[in-house]
Amino acid sequence: MSIFKKIISALRGGAREAGEAIIDANSTRIFEQEIRDSEKHIILAKRNLTEVMAKQMQTARELAQLQQSIKEHEGYALQALDQGNETLAIEVAEKISELETSHSEQQQANESYLKNAQRLKDLIKKSDRQLMDYKRQLSMIKTTESVQKATSAITDNFTASNSKLLNAKDSLERIKAKQALFDDQLKAAEQLESEDTDQSLKNKLKEAGIGEKTSSAQSILDRLKTK
Amino acid sequence: MNIHKIAIHLNQLEDKTETGFNFDCTPIDGEIDVLQVDVIGREEIPIFLSISDNQILCIAYLWGEDEVKEDLRTNMMEAMLEINITMPLSSFAKIGNKYVIFGALSIHSRLEDIELEIITLSDNSLEVISAMDSYLN
Repeated sequence: MSIFKKIISALRGGAREAGEAIIDANSTRIFEQEIRDSEKHIILAKRNLTEVMAKQMQTARELAQLQQSIKEHEGYALQALDQGNETLAIEVAEKISELETSHSEQQQANESYLKNAQRLKDLIKKSDRQLMDYKRQLSMIKTTESVQKATSAITDNFTASNSKLLNAKDSLERIKAKQALFDDQLKAAEQLESEDTDQSLKNKLKEAGIGEKTSSAQSILDRLKTK
Repeated sequence: MNIHKIAIHLNQLEDKTETGFNFDCTPIDGEIDVLQVDVIGREEIPIFLSISDNQILCIAYLWGEDEVKEDLRTNMMEAMLEINITMPLSSFAKIGNKYVIFGALSIHSRLEDIELEIITLSDNSLEVISAMDSYLN
């Protein structure tokens, strides 16, 4: 968490002066180097692990063969004894002793390879975790820097264009006013359209001689005459 | 993803938009690329978009420290924390002496997601200012 603390104290401690980096470029470089080193270590450890595991499998195979061979020779020795051939039996027993010696050697080697493999696996796991941690921290530094640079670009742009970000309430008022104007315009347009449809219907009715009739001079005269 | 691709997408939307809004995008020069996105009709509160190594950041500036009623500052901050989770896709933050809301997207986001993010951020900013106006001068 050290990096979070660093960022907080830099932000609070007045490192906000334009152009001043939150985290100095040097520590960013150090982080990037540490990430590359961790990656190298992991690759190396994985290569070593493959070798060690291959060797371990080889010794395991040899162990099995030796065991098989010891069993066979024990059988031979028993057969020689059965035949009363003591000399041959001793010769076979010597061979068994040789086989047992190399069996215990191989056993030791096998155990050591197993231990080694486990150690490398732990190391890789630890390096992976470390690498993830470095990457997370680097991303925090880079984001902080990026926000800072973006802010200074935005501020510079507003200063250069002689405009400035408005007061929040004023901005909202203006946007609302624009929205209201737009809504009014939309309503007016709708009204006009409906009036148009109204008028055209009336016209059609009139043409068909349906509905209200315009009073003509003749009709007025007729009306007067009836009085 | 880069800001020019986003600008081209947003500028050419017109009737093809799914959000119903139009945009006017202007890249801002600086040490890193920043895109100023004006939502048409809401130019007073632009959205600023920048891209870092692994994320796309969209930021809307709400108000400055000088606009906050001094005696209500703590109440305002508490209110902000309380509604932070409720606010869709955006969160409160502070940059320098400005309060902002922002949204962060994966660098692999689709252009449609970015468009939705910007509109949501814009909607949220209006909503927040009108909800918080009692704390502001």
